[in-house]
Formats: sequence, C-alpha cells, structure tokens
Amino acid sequence: MITSAELQELLTSIRNNYGYDFTEYAEASAARRVQHYMRTNRVNSIQELSKSLLTDENAFAQFVLEFTVNVTEMFRDPTFYKSLRENVLKHLATYPVIKIWIAGCSTGEEVYSTAILLKEEGLLDRSVIYATDINQRALQTAKDGIYRMDLMKAYTSNYQKAGGKNSFSDYYTAKYDSAMVDKSLKQNVVFSIHNLAVDSSFNEFQLILCRNVLIYFNQKLQNRVINLFYDSLSPFGFLALGSKESLLFSDKQKEFTDIDKREKIYRKKIKPATKT
Amino acid sequence: MKYEAVVIGTSAGGLYVLTAILEALPATFPLPIIIVQHRSKDERTLLEEVLSQKCKIHIKQVDEKEIIKGGTVYFAPPDYHLLIEQDRTFSLSCDERVNYSRPSIDVLFETAAYTYKDKLLAIILTGANQDGANGIRTIRKMHGTTIAQDPANALYPAMPKAAIATGCVQNILSLEHIKNFVLGLYTV
Repeated sequence: MITSAELQELLTSIRNNYGYDFTEYAEASAARRVQHYMRTNRVNSIQELSKSLLTDENAFAQFVLEFTVNVTEMFRDPTFYKSLRENVLKHLATYPVIKIWIAGCSTGEEVYSTAILLKEEGLLDRSVIYATDINQRALQTAKDGIYRMDLMKAYTSNYQKAGGKNSFSDYYTAKYDSAMVDKSLKQNVVFSIHNLAVDSSFNEFQLILCRNVLIYFNQKLQNRVINLFYDSLSPFGFLALGSKESLLFSDKQKEFTDIDKREKIYRKKIKPATKT
Repeated sequence: MKYEAVVIGTSAGGLYVLTAILEALPATFPLPIIIVQHRSKDERTLLEEVLSQKCKIHIKQVDEKEIIKGGTVYFAPPDYHLLIEQDRTFSLSCDERVNYSRPSIDVLFETAAYTYKDKLLAIILTGANQDGANGIRTIRKMHGTTIAQDPANALYPAMPKAAIATGCVQNILSLEHIKNFVLGLYTV
C-alpha cells in the first residue's frame, strides 16, 4: 500500500511534468487505482512507478487511461431517468434548441440513455448533447457506441424500469457479441476531451449531467466543479448529480433549488441570493 | 481505548446476524461500526430502515465525504464501494466490482486497515462467497484484530471459511460470543 505522502508526491510530480492535475482527487480510491496500475503493469515500487511515468510518455498515457476510467451502465439508476423524463424534459421542451452537457461521460452509456429519453419525448432533433471526458480511450468507446451484447439484458431491464416507451432492442443492432447503438442516437452528440479539474466553461446549457464523477474528487475540487457548472448553466438550467452526490460542499448550494431531492436533480435560481 | 473502529462484512444470511449484534448495542456505544452487507442495488435504504426500527444505536447509510463518528452504525450504499480516507471520512466509488460485489468487503477492509491499523476490529459473518478474505489478510498485516463467525453455525459458511483459510483470523466465535465481544468494547 502506498502512503498518503507517497501518493501526493507522485500526483504533484505528474502535475508539474504533464499538467494533469489529480492532486485534488479523493485519496483512497486514487491510491487503489495507482496500486491496480502497478499490479497489472508489474511495477514493484512507487519509486519505480514515478521514474517510469516521468520519463516515459507512453507509460504515462497508459497510466492516465487506467487511472481516470469510470464504470457506468445504460440507465444506471432507472428512477433517476424516470424523474428526468417527468420533471425536467417538459421544461427543456420550451427551448428552440436544447443544449445538454454530459460531463465525465466515460464510455457513453449515459449519453445514449439520455438521447433515448429525448428521442421518445420528440426532442432529440433539436437537442445538442456535448459529451466530454478526460479519458481519450473511454471517449472513443463512447463515440463508437459499441457495447457488450451480454449487458443488454440488464440494460433492457433498466430501460423498462426507467419508463421506456418502446422496446429497448429498437435502439441497437446486435452483431455477434456486440450491440451497436442506433445511428439516430449519435447524430446530435458532440464528443470532446474536457478536464473538469483544470478546464473552463465552454458553452451555456439548459441541462448538465455529471453523475458519479464528483465522488472521486475531494471537497475543494468538488466545489470548483460545481462552480464551473453554475457558470455553464443558463438561468433556470438543470443540474443532475449521482444518487450519493450533493451540493453540500459547494458555496453555490444556495443558488440552486431542489427539483428531486432523492434523485439529486437541481435547478439554478435566476439570480444569486448573495453577491459573490 | 484499544479500538478506534469496527468493520463488519457479511452477505447471504446477514440481516439476521446483524440484527442480533446491533440490537444489543446501547445508543452510547463509543465506536463507529462500519458495515458492508451485500445488497440489491434496487433496494436503496430498506436495510437501514428495518434495522433502525429494531436498534437503539443510530443507524444510517453513508453519505459521501461524511465524517466518521462514534455511536453510529454506517452501511455502504447499494452499488457503491465504500472506502475510508486517512482523515477519517468516507468516500465512495463506482469502480469495477471486486469479487463480483459492489460494495465489496475487501475494499472497505483494505482501506480501513491502512487508516486504523492496530486500532481496528474486523468481523466476517455469514456469506456465500469469498469477499472479505483479502481484506482480513491486510487487516492482520496492519496489526488489526480479526474475528470470523464459526462456520459450523453460520447460515452460509463459505465466507467465514474463506477468511479463516487465509490463516489471518485470530478468533473463530459463535454469534453469541461475537455479540458479547462487541458489547464488551463498551466497558473497556
């Protein structure tokens, strides 16, 4: 096990060498991921790891891919998607163009889940989904939209629990062991690299989804990211977090109202309650 | 006090044994008790609700970044791994399942071992898989105390058996003795 001091030293030297800032990540899961990388790549000590990452750019690129990948699924937490459909989409329907940011989209399952909702509510054609992640390889998987066929059964069940209106198999084509998501779901999606820890706002959105990303950050970084979202939301824009995440550690907490407390859906107030 | 925290891991058959242990504890029990019970991800907070009705000690599901306090029983949320940070707060992760499980007992036990070291008491109860065995090994390496429910009277013996097979379990006890052991911490 690497110590807290060793972890911070490693992450600080990575930041200074490459500009990737992981120093504000939650330590326990960061340490587990570093150890996982060391095991799978047969690195025996933290010294060896540090030397390898700082002198070999290819090794570092591989490290970033393994360190930043997040696991997700289609319609993860079906009740969340049900609430999104019932409580948020009707408001989005009033905009001529609907702009949505899925921050930390990982391998894209959430992107296509959202696209399916929009399609079923007749909103997909006038929506643009900006799907971003720090992880290049995850983003490529998201873009490809090809998933393991054996997962579709669980996803179908999620989709039904989320109040899906059609047959889930309408949204993918099965080919051997793979399921390819339907082209129509990809049309209005823009995939790009974005690093929540250092990059800034790039557009204004009516809805931002960022689910199960903040749990990997410490409170300071969580606050930074919530501020970034606040600045990127239009007045009355919606913010959706993971089921165990909240605005608790953010100084913008009072600038949002609850839309669904249990599903962690918030709405930006029109004017700040206090001047910042 | 000898211990700073208690961690418990259980799977199939867990509700019955957890109820027996937690029911016996006073509301003023000084230590935090941190539990991974394998559970369905659709179940949300049912486990906490059921136990809250029966127990005097405060029972809750962990909130992200929550500060760990004594006199509280914390459960890992369904579908998240529960980790203990060096600053005695919780964090959660959605990383890959470990031993087909999320939450995984190993993840809790391993991170708890490095935070609490020799001031940790770990208990493995009934369960039908092997989750927790690696965690027990780590806890012993860090000089924590380890207990497994006697497989002879566990509803599902596979989990305590796997833990015992590591050679790192110091005490193999019946449910009654485990209950008394935990209760005994109150007066130490």
